Amino acid sequence: MTKIDLLTAAPWLKPILRSRLFQPVLMLATLAFFVMVILTGLFGTPAGNRNFGIVFVWIVWWALLMIIMVPFMGRIWCTMCPIPAPGEWLQRRGIVKRTSGKLSTLRWRFPKRFRNMWLQNIGFLGVAIFSAIILTHPDVTAFVLLGFILTGIVLSILYENRVFCRYVCPVGGFIGLYSMMAPLEVRVKDPSVCVTHTPKDCIIGNEQGYGCPWMLYPGGMQRNTYCGMCMECVKTCTQNNIVINVRSIGSDLTVAKERRLDEAYKAFIMLGCAILYSAVLLGPWGWMKDWASMESVANWLIYAAGFLFINLVVLPGAFALTTGLTRRLSKQTLSTRELFTHYAYVLVPLGLAAWIAFSFGFALVNGSYALVVLSDPFGFGWDLFGTRDTAWQPVGTTLIPFLQTGILTAGLLFAINTAYKIAAQYSQTHRQAFIATLPVTGFMTMVTFILLGLYLG
Amino acid sequence: MKARLIIVVIVLALMMVVMLVPIPYLSKPRTHHITLDSQRYEYDPGRLEVHQGDTVIIDFTASDVVHGFYLEGYGIETRVEPGLTKRIEFVADKPGKFRFRCSVTCGSMHPFMIGELVVGPNTTLYRAAATMLIGIAGTLIYLWSFKGEQHE
Ligand code: SF4
Ligand SMILES: [Cu+2]
Repeated sequence: MTKIDLLTAAPWLKPILRSRLFQPVLMLATLAFFVMVILTGLFGTPAGNRNFGIVFVWIVWWALLMIIMVPFMGRIWCTMCPIPAPGEWLQRRGIVKRTSGKLSTLRWRFPKRFRNMWLQNIGFLGVAIFSAIILTHPDVTAFVLLGFILTGIVLSILYENRVFCRYVCPVGGFIGLYSMMAPLEVRVKDPSVCVTHTPKDCIIGNEQGYGCPWMLYPGGMQRNTYCGMCMECVKTCTQNNIVINVRSIGSDLTVAKERRLDEAYKAFIMLGCAILYSAVLLGPWGWMKDWASMESVANWLIYAAGFLFINLVVLPGAFALTTGLTRRLSKQTLSTRELFTHYAYVLVPLGLAAWIAFSFGFALVNGSYALVVLSDPFGFGWDLFGTRDTAWQPVGTTLIPFLQTGILTAGLLFAINTAYKIAAQYSQTHRQAFIATLPVTGFMTMVTFILLGLYLG
Repeated sequence: MKARLIIVVIVLALMMVVMLVPIPYLSKPRTHHITLDSQRYEYDPGRLEVHQGDTVIIDFTASDVVHGFYLEGYGIETRVEPGLTKRIEFVADKPGKFRFRCSVTCGSMHPFMIGELVVGPNTTLYRAAATMLIGIAGTLIYLWSFKGEQHE
């Protein structure tokens, strides 16, 4: 499939992206929103659905992120995210202007064994087991977000660049994973230009911009996963070699040599959480909600243990059995562990589809709260825009099952197609690849039917 | 290449037909009397099952605080104070699963206080499942057709 470079197709884009104002303007806007979330969280009404912080983070932001930003533009949220902003600005001793000299940090070395997604996996699960509480308590949401920002500041004092974003942020982990699906990418036009261009402005920076804050070498980039789309390389590259492509969706999934176990686990955790949330939060079972929201600590402990067990053992275990079967049937020469890692990437389209389906299930239903809290963010009885008394009005409820069916089907079929492509990379013949596709297809069909049962059954 | 395009078109068309074509449904309608209690954050029973065309009469109560009942798809909404009983009556003329949700803020987990009304036969579910199975079969046929070539 051919790619279209947006910087060529829309020439007006380049000066905007090259402007040093581009990212700070977006970040300052989201930072203002963030401050509002913290303030309403700490000082506003404890009733979640009447509080700006809860409604705007967990309904509006979440829906925008999972339904629009990630599927269509990958890590675009990381371009504007306010969480790393204070830390990054401290490191740079400035917000807009390119300050000269090195970044101000203690310049510690980030341990090698943490340079992967494991911390993000742990962090996400840590947040996930408390999600019923975080989602419904404005003060808890505020403290969690403050915790993120503080961690970001501390890490940027210790280490150069966006160590927090790249290795720690629980949100960054799954955005990175699912950004592989996006039809948008930052890449270099011609990698051979990078090879011969020894100054490597994109890595060390120049007067136009900083060296890649995400610690990447654009010339070697084949996937979206760790590119935060900050556009520094668009500014620094002296060879005019950076492009922003519109491409076919999911093309990063076939980059075989970068597949890793930590990312594979991220795929399981995300899929597992989508299923579990669909049951716990959107299902009719009151006891699950009691357990998840810590009615009693003992029950919550059982819930948390079950939650982790399903995510870390049951799903990966079932998948390991599946790829074990793949190995026997197709006689592929890789070890079961390697097959496990490679085939886990089929869960990227499936998991993203599951999250979109889940998000449809509550965003359209609860979207009308946004109007209420816009006028009365703290729940103090203000009426800034005259929309305070808007009644709760679910929209599109008859459409939701069809949207969910459509997106789950699309995700599943895309995933099966991806399974074949992955299989073909390790197969000698078409027949071998086709057979290797079947067990994973069975696994994914089961998972999809579970979701379908939860939503429509 | 051309054959492959035909496969894709046929499969997509089949999926559309299965998902959308109207199916007439004939049965003897009956009347259900249901007592539905609500307390934070669940309905009891959490799931109601009736058949298309049936008349549903719900005696709705609340056992702790004020709760609401908003039935999606049917647009019915009411609320009840503890100790009182509210009667809800309607004809279940649309098939599928419809959630009913609490419409009165009743505590932290209020937005997730959900019950289910399943109006059988749940054709939406069966259609969705059939659509998916056709899609899977179609995808496998499509992949099989790459015999002897490169799939990119
Ligand atoms: S490659 Fe470029 S856009 Fe991507 S993170 Fe690095 S500097 Fe930013
Ligand atoms: Cu209620």
